[in-house]
Amino acid sequence: MSTYRLDYLQQLEAESIHIFREVAAQFERPALLFSGGKDSITLVQLAKKAFAPGKFPFPLVHIDTGHNFPEALEYRDWLAKEVGAELIVRKVEDTIKAKNLTEPKGKFASRNWLQTYTLLDTIEEFKFDACIGGARRDEEKARAKERIFSVRNDFGEWDPKLQRPELWNIYNGRIHKGENVRVFPISNWTELDVWNYIKTENIPLPSIYFAHEREVLVHEGQLIALSEFITIEETDIIVKKKVRYRTVGDMTCTAAVESEATTLDEVVNEIKATRISERGETRIDDRVTEAAMEDRKKGGYF
Amino acid sequence: MDLLRFITAGSVDDGKSTLIGRLLYDSKSILADQLEAIERSTKNKDNGEIDLALLTDGLRAEREQGITIDVAYRYFTTPKRKFIIADAPGHVQYTRNMITGASNASLIIVLIDARQGVVEQTRRHSIIASLLKIPHVVVAINKMDLVDFSEERFNEIVKDYEGVAQQLGLKEVTYIPMSALQGDNIVDASPKTPWYTGKPLLQFLEEVELNQDINLTQPRFQVQFVIRPQTEDLHDYRGYAGKITSGIYRKGDAVVVLPQQIQTTISKIEVAGKEVEAAFAPQGVVLHLADDIDISRGDSIVHVATQPKTASEMEVLLCWLDEKPLQQGNKYLLQHNSRLVRAMVRDIAYKLDVNTLQQQPVEGGVKLNEVVKATLKTASPLVYDSFEELNTNGAAILVDETGNSTVAAVLLR
Repeated sequence: MSTYRLDYLQQLEAESIHIFREVAAQFERPALLFSGGKDSITLVQLAKKAFAPGKFPFPLVHIDTGHNFPEALEYRDWLAKEVGAELIVRKVEDTIKAKNLTEPKGKFASRNWLQTYTLLDTIEEFKFDACIGGARRDEEKARAKERIFSVRNDFGEWDPKLQRPELWNIYNGRIHKGENVRVFPISNWTELDVWNYIKTENIPLPSIYFAHEREVLVHEGQLIALSEFITIEETDIIVKKKVRYRTVGDMTCTAAVESEATTLDEVVNEIKATRISERGETRIDDRVTEAAMEDRKKGGYF
Repeated sequence: MDLLRFITAGSVDDGKSTLIGRLLYDSKSILADQLEAIERSTKNKDNGEIDLALLTDGLRAEREQGITIDVAYRYFTTPKRKFIIADAPGHVQYTRNMITGASNASLIIVLIDARQGVVEQTRRHSIIASLLKIPHVVVAINKMDLVDFSEERFNEIVKDYEGVAQQLGLKEVTYIPMSALQGDNIVDASPKTPWYTGKPLLQFLEEVELNQDINLTQPRFQVQFVIRPQTEDLHDYRGYAGKITSGIYRKGDAVVVLPQQIQTTISKIEVAGKEVEAAFAPQGVVLHLADDIDISRGDSIVHVATQPKTASEMEVLLCWLDEKPLQQGNKYLLQHNSRLVRAMVRDIAYKLDVNTLQQQPVEGGVKLNEVVKATLKTASPLVYDSFEELNTNGAAILVDETGNSTVAAVLLR
């Protein structure tokens, strides 16, 4: 390999940094949507590198379902301080009360879908014109087709038939008042790329990404953490297992995987060896319908 | 490890989805749960084998209409390389999506059905490959199982395509006989084509030389964002953040800021906050200059010795991507990397027939998917190279200022 050649991870990093700088230059009020998950943690690292030694140029926005892992919240507060970013938290709970929304029912009642309402209200409240998210195209087939700069209408809706051509590395972020662009700087990264990057950069993660003992409910082969947010019945099988999380979402809709990995190296090795996809293994909400993500995106979701 | 971005061009009938499915499947990029979902769908069909085409199944909106409407990006990795596939629809009305997918590709796989040979669509895809200067072309002569793996038929198609390649000036063309359905010459050399001495497709993709694809001799850099922390300890800090699109920059280089035409030297280069002696394409960097110069987003910093063109009037090829036709005299915003200027389309010289490459007169407006040669006049100068010579500094888009949509791909001449 020549001296003047980047390896694949450095090429992906360069592409993402370029996208971040375009966002900072093209928009008046951009925000970074932060969930406490590894993808949004990677975004924060990339943004730090893109603007160093300048100030972190975006607020971190957390749309809080109230169903979080406490470790993720603790990490969120620490990280915002660490990078010197403004932290904006808006709660789904408050939207439910203010708008008289119906709480979802069921065993693993998830507020995931309701996040859209809170997100759109938050965008309006702060007049955000761009929201940066950590979605990746390898995750899911609706995401595989979305542009890096994804223009959404006044209702936050994605229309797969009306996407702008996105040519070379030229990003057209022009919008009308009321519209909003969702920007996905790590579109071209895979799950393994993210883990390799976290390893290379030695980025600290919330502790739940590493193996730990936990009481879990076994449901259709998935392991769901016991919490006050799910309904536990007498017939449920509850076991104590050594687990880690492959993704971090709500406690109600994110499943754990059995694991012995306590270091980043071990986690990367387990991910390399796995025969099940990230969403398939860990997301309970995606199992509902085959087009779940397509529908949510069309409705204004991330 | 290296990264290769490629595009597959062809219609469903050419076996494009099957080919992509085959690459994903044979490189073990399809995981157990995804495979189960495919197996479930396949069971409704008569033959017992897995329908690999279903691996690239699209959105419900597309399934309902039985079409592919947009580029989908797919990923797989082998021990040698990471691959990004732009899976673009092949039909004529989706040319703009193909251009989207092709604009970042360093290799194109042109699929040909061995029974059909070179058809109109093959020509159109190849013309796009040639216009967009995709460095490597693989002609995948597929469905060889349906012509009894005939060497004669293969040679016939190669000969036909060589004519197209010559006309278009495609230099690096590789021909591979294959059956995506049965897996011949995809991962392993097929025993059914003993007469074929080249590499199977995956091996070719893993080994094709990419080092020449990035130009390292003509340094180009545009300012994306000016970093000015204005804090106590960084009071006088003023750095120009941007991406090196080609070439190498070193501390101490004699440079000129364009279009201002002001000479200075590079006093410092930073990558992610750390100082380095040299940086190269496609790195994102922060450049510092020895002199205080008024510089803003979109300005270029280049070597004094290898300067691009600076002009306000230029010849271009336009690929029209909008439903609303282009009329001579229309005004748009032109975005050249990070530089945004107003531009007017002055003369439209001719339309390029994307099937025959013949120049035709333009009657009425320029319609969706048409390619025309035109002259642009810009409100302030562009600092650019001809796309032909240095594609990373020779491409732009036109944006409709009232609708905000991207209406054209611009290849500067």
